[in-house]
Amino acid sequence: MTTLLSAQGISKHFGGVKALELCSLDVQKGSITGLIGPNGSGKTTLFNVMTGYVKPDVGVVTFNGEDITRARPDKVFALGIGRTFQLTRIFARISVLENMLVATQREEGWLRGLTRSMSSKHELDAAMEWLDFVGIARLAKLPAGSLSYGQRKLLELAYVLVADPDVILLDEPAGGVNLTLINEIGEKIRMLNKSGKTFLIVEHNMEFVMSLCDSVTVMHQGTNLVTGTPSEVRSNPQVLDAYLGGGEEEDTIEEVANG
Amino acid sequence: MLQKKNLWWVLALVIALLLPHIITNPAYRQIAVITLIFTACTTSWNMFSGYSGYVALGSAAFYGTGAYTMGLVSNHLHMMGTGDMFWLVPLGGLAALLVAIPVGLIALRVRRHTFVVITIAIFFVFQLAAINFNFTGGTGGLTLPYIPWQIQNYHLPFYYVALAILVFAIALSAGVRRSRFGLQLLAIRDDEDRALGLGVKVFPVKLTGFAMSAFTIGMGGALYAMMQGQIYPQFVFDPIFDITIALMAFFGGFGTLLGPILGGLVLESSQQYLTVTFSNGSLYLILFGVLFLLVILFMPQGIVVFIRDRMEKRRDRLEADKSEPAVLQGASS
Repeated sequence: MTTLLSAQGISKHFGGVKALELCSLDVQKGSITGLIGPNGSGKTTLFNVMTGYVKPDVGVVTFNGEDITRARPDKVFALGIGRTFQLTRIFARISVLENMLVATQREEGWLRGLTRSMSSKHELDAAMEWLDFVGIARLAKLPAGSLSYGQRKLLELAYVLVADPDVILLDEPAGGVNLTLINEIGEKIRMLNKSGKTFLIVEHNMEFVMSLCDSVTVMHQGTNLVTGTPSEVRSNPQVLDAYLGGGEEEDTIEEVANG
Repeated sequence: MLQKKNLWWVLALVIALLLPHIITNPAYRQIAVITLIFTACTTSWNMFSGYSGYVALGSAAFYGTGAYTMGLVSNHLHMMGTGDMFWLVPLGGLAALLVAIPVGLIALRVRRHTFVVITIAIFFVFQLAAINFNFTGGTGGLTLPYIPWQIQNYHLPFYYVALAILVFAIALSAGVRRSRFGLQLLAIRDDEDRALGLGVKVFPVKLTGFAMSAFTIGMGGALYAMMQGQIYPQFVFDPIFDITIALMAFFGGFGTLLGPILGGLVLESSQQYLTVTFSNGSLYLILFGVLFLLVILFMPQGIVVFIRDRMEKRRDRLEADKSEPAVLQGASS
C-alpha cells in the first residue's frame, strides 16, 4: 500500500487555542480511514488544513508526493481531493442538477466558463448518473434549498463524486441522519471504495466507523493519539482515557450516547 | 414555449424601435433616452451584483469614468459635434472596465456589508478626484463639443444608440445566465467557500463579472455626457445613481433577467416624467417612497419573482386538479 494523502507534524493555533499540535496522519491508497476523537480534538481543523481552507503554522501536507500545504481549496480540489462539510453546505437557490454542474469541471480554466454553456451532454449524463447513485435523481429539478437534511447530505456526496476525485474526505457523513440512511450511506461508501476511491471519514458514530474503516486514527487535544485497525483501537487503554478521562466530561456523555 | 418567449422579445424590440416616431416631443424623447440608459445600467449591474450577491453601491464611479472619458477625449481630439463622437461610447466603457479592475482587486476581497461600504468609499474617492483635479475641470465640470443638430430630432440618434446599449446589456446578462460562468456566480452567491472547494476559481470569476458590468455602465455614462453636452462631477459621480440602479433591480426582481429591465423601464421613466410634469423636483421622491414601501411589504423579492411564483402555484394547482384520480391510485397501491 502506498500513502496517497499525508499530513506530517501539523500545528495550528488560533490565538491561545492549540487546535492542532504536531499532528500526523497518513491515508493509504484504496483505504477507508477513520478519524475519531472527542469534540474539539482538532478533527475538522485537520480536514481544513488538508483541503486548503486553513493554512497550518507548521507542517507539511502531501498528496501523491506533491506538497499541497499552501494550495488554495480550488487547487486542492482540482488535484483530486474532494470533501464534504460537517454542517452540510449546498447551493440553496439553484436547482439540484445545477448544484451538480458546479463541480463537474474541476480542472477547467476560469475564462473557459465565459465561452461555454452551463453543461455539456456528457456532464448532464454524469450528473444524473451520480444523483441516481445516491438516490435523489427524481429531485434534480427542485431548488436545492427545498431538500431535507438527509437529502442534502446525499447531494453533497453526489456533487463531490461527480468531479471524480481520488480521495474523498467526509466530515460526519452520518451526523443527524436516520439509521436507514446511515446504512445506505455506509453501503455507498463501500461500493465506491471497491471501485478504487479512497476515503477519510470523521465520524462520532462508533458503530459506523468500526464497521467501515480499515484503519482508525484517534485524535486527542490536537494530536494523533493512536492508529490501528478498529479492534486494536477499541481495546487501547489510551483511547478509553481520551474519551472517558480528564476534563471532557460533557463530550464524553455525548460520545458514549452516540457510540 | 421557448418560441413564444422569443416572440415577446421581438415584439418588445419592435415597439422600442417605433417608439420615438410615436413620441415626437423632444422632452419626452429625452426621458426615453435616459430611461434606456438607466435600464441598461441596472441590467448590467444586476448581471454582477444580482447573480453573485455582491451588492455594489459604487457603480457611479464607472458611470462617471465613462462620462469623463467622453468629455476629455472629445475635447483633447478637438472633435466636432458630429455623430463621430458616438465612437467614444465604447471607449468610455473600456475606460470604466479598466478602472473596475483595480477597484475590484481591492473591494472583492471582502464580502457582504463590508463590500457595500468599501464600494461606497471607493466611489467617493472618484467623486473627490473629479472635483479636485484640474484636468477634470473641477467643480465647473467639462463642456463637450456642441452638437448642432435640430432640437426636434436631437434625441433620435441618442435613442437608438441607448437602445443598442440596452440590447447589448440584456444579451450579455442572458448569455452569462446560461453560461458556466453564470452558474459559478450563482454558486458564489449561495456559498462562496463551498464553491471554492468545488474548484470554482472564485476571485477571477468575481473580478471578471465586476469588470464586465462596469463596461456597460461606462458606456451609459459616456452616452449621457455626449447628449447633455456638459458634465458636472456631482451629477455623473452621483451617489443617487448607485442607489437608483440598485433599487430598480430590487423593485423588478434582484438576480433575475427580466426584473431590472422592468424596474428600470417603469421607475426611471415615471421618475423623469414626474420631474418634468411637476416642476417640484422632490414630489417624485415621495411617490417613490410609497411605491417602494408597498413593493417591499408585499413582494419582497421583486415584482417578477412575485408574478412568477403566483403563476407557478396556479399551474401546479391546475395540474394537481387534473391528476387527482392518478394520485389516489398511486396512494392505494
